Amino acid sequence: MLEIANLEVVYNEVILVLRGLSIEVPEGDIVALLGANGAGKTTTVRAVSGLLDVHEGEATKGSITWKGKDITHAKPSEIVESGITQVMEGRRVFAELTVDENLATGGFTVQDKAKTAESYDRVMDLFPILAERRKQTAGYLSGGEQQMLAIGRALMSDPELLILDEPSLGLAPMLIEQIRDIIVDINKQGVSVLLIEQNAMMALSIAKHGYILETGKVVMDGEAQKLLGDEDVQEFYLGLHGEGGERKSFRDVKHYKRRKRWLS
Amino acid sequence: MNNFLLKLRQEPALMFLFGVMVPITVFLAMQLFNDPEIFFATLMRSLGMGSTYAIVALGFVLIFKATQTVNFAQGALAVSGALFLSFAVADDHIPLTTIDNPINSLPGPDWFHWGVSLVLAMVFAAILGLVIERLTIRPMVGQPLFSVAVITLGLEIALRVFNNDTVKVEFRNVKVPWGIDGFQVGKETINYSIIAAMVTAAIAFVAVFIFYRSRLGIAMRAVAFDQEAAMAQGINVGRVFAIAWAAGAVLAMIGGVFATQPPVKQSLAVDNETANIAFRALPAVILGGLDSATGALLGGLIVGAAEIFAGQYAAGETDILGAGYPVIVPYVVMMIGLLIRPYGLFGTPEIRRV
Ligand SMILES: Nc1ncnc2c1ncn2[C@@H]1O[C@H](COP(=O)(O)OP(=O)(O)OP(=O)(O)O)[C@@H](O)[C@H]1O
Ligand SMILES: [Mg+2]
Repeated sequence: MLEIANLEVVYNEVILVLRGLSIEVPEGDIVALLGANGAGKTTTVRAVSGLLDVHEGEATKGSITWKGKDITHAKPSEIVESGITQVMEGRRVFAELTVDENLATGGFTVQDKAKTAESYDRVMDLFPILAERRKQTAGYLSGGEQQMLAIGRALMSDPELLILDEPSLGLAPMLIEQIRDIIVDINKQGVSVLLIEQNAMMALSIAKHGYILETGKVVMDGEAQKLLGDEDVQEFYLGLHGEGGERKSFRDVKHYKRRKRWLS
Repeated sequence: MNNFLLKLRQEPALMFLFGVMVPITVFLAMQLFNDPEIFFATLMRSLGMGSTYAIVALGFVLIFKATQTVNFAQGALAVSGALFLSFAVADDHIPLTTIDNPINSLPGPDWFHWGVSLVLAMVFAAILGLVIERLTIRPMVGQPLFSVAVITLGLEIALRVFNNDTVKVEFRNVKVPWGIDGFQVGKETINYSIIAAMVTAAIAFVAVFIFYRSRLGIAMRAVAFDQEAAMAQGINVGRVFAIAWAAGAVLAMIGGVFATQPPVKQSLAVDNETANIAFRALPAVILGGLDSATGALLGGLIVGAAEIFAGQYAAGETDILGAGYPVIVPYVVMMIGLLIRPYGLFGTPEIRRV
């Protein structure tokens, strides 16, 4: 359904970040995209959701096809309308808005009120905790609640493909399991999922297919179960957990800087 | 060291509160007993002034909140909109043509003609805002905000030149139905325009608060908080910018109309000075906190009150203060306000933005 073919992305006209990336997300599947810091995972998501512009990035080669249509240079709003929504890295909830208002922003592209109400009920079913906090300012939610809100917000557009960029980032193991189960539930409701993760164990345990990304290229791909059993994968991606905490906090800092630059 | 900095920040606040506010309050209480009529008239004028400032400030805030840009062209937009109103109500012909002004041939009383003209002027201002945003601001999205602010300054100058040389602004009457009439309170006259400004400000603020809770308004606040995340939800940022500019231009135009009336001025006519209302309202905007509608309202009222009361009760001191001193008062109030609250009364500190 989603097909990325030989994609090349360049930032600031010189920094080549994706070098001929090809991945595929078939309808109804969960596909995992794994890779270390700086491999180009988020860049891939930006390319699919039309947000490269914001970062002075550009797709210089290759194509992104969605349901047979070329969307390589489509606008973000068109892409959301066509059925692809992403849950951004670092959650990015609108901290000054209430939970309900955050969800309303997610449903912005849906004109039909009945459909919005349906999506809203679905989100409340999936995340009962959000139902309790509906009128609360999103900034005061805990990290896990914010991640749920970010996922709920994305579901408000009733997507056919949900892209999650490191949803386990900075969450406690129990919460990661909870998020993982929710992703499976969402997928069972008929939503295809592209799951981007550094937590390879979590992602591969629920995915059908997995891709491993290194410096902008796919270096390995295959059935998720096979990847889980692969020795290289075990050594490089499943053995890394010791330094997890430190790495994550560093990334948060990087993310903050990036956003600042765009705003100011 | 930290302690020292803390004190430094608190000291102006304490100094201000005890050293300035207490004597002023005592002084004003004395004036109230001395001559309640003058005091009441001054209070009403200060509310009229504050409402006018608040309306103009709200225009700044709407545009700033959505686009993070201080629009320095608000003054020229105020003049352009008010000029349009003046052409619509006061001229026999459509400007630069020999076509009869269609509003004159409408049935009904004069105030109805004026109302129709006002609605048309609002539409005109909105379109002007949209066009300017589309042509000069949209292409600059993502560029340093300082450059965008300078572009709006250029726009201000360009529009002023156009208004002066091509349209020729010279005492163009806006013919408000209430003119400079008013009602008596003892020996003092309270202008109806003051009441009109207060009512208009109230309507504008209620409208903005309702808007902020609507679908589009929520989208605007989302864009204000995190543009990229808003785009990822499928929100069309360009459209949000356009709406903010249209609304900002309409508010500027309304502010421009009130800038010709008491208590701001007695002339009831648009002239070159009308544009200054934007710069005079800037202290209110900054005191309020730049991105808060509530701040614009409170900032406007505080600054307006300070200016009018100072103008009334310090008039004997012009030897020391200089004749034009009331116009400076808003800036002094703003400075003191910023010393106490660096982000303005309701402003968002930069840290919370992240
Ligand atoms: N706006 C930008 N301008 C220039 N280079 C960028 C920009 N954004 C990302 N990069 C670079 O592109 C490379 C890939 O970044 P990307 O964010 O896609 O990686 P990632 O796989 O998502 O990493 P992480 O796991 O840390 O989120 C990095 O080397 C990064 O420094
Ligand atoms: Mg990333």
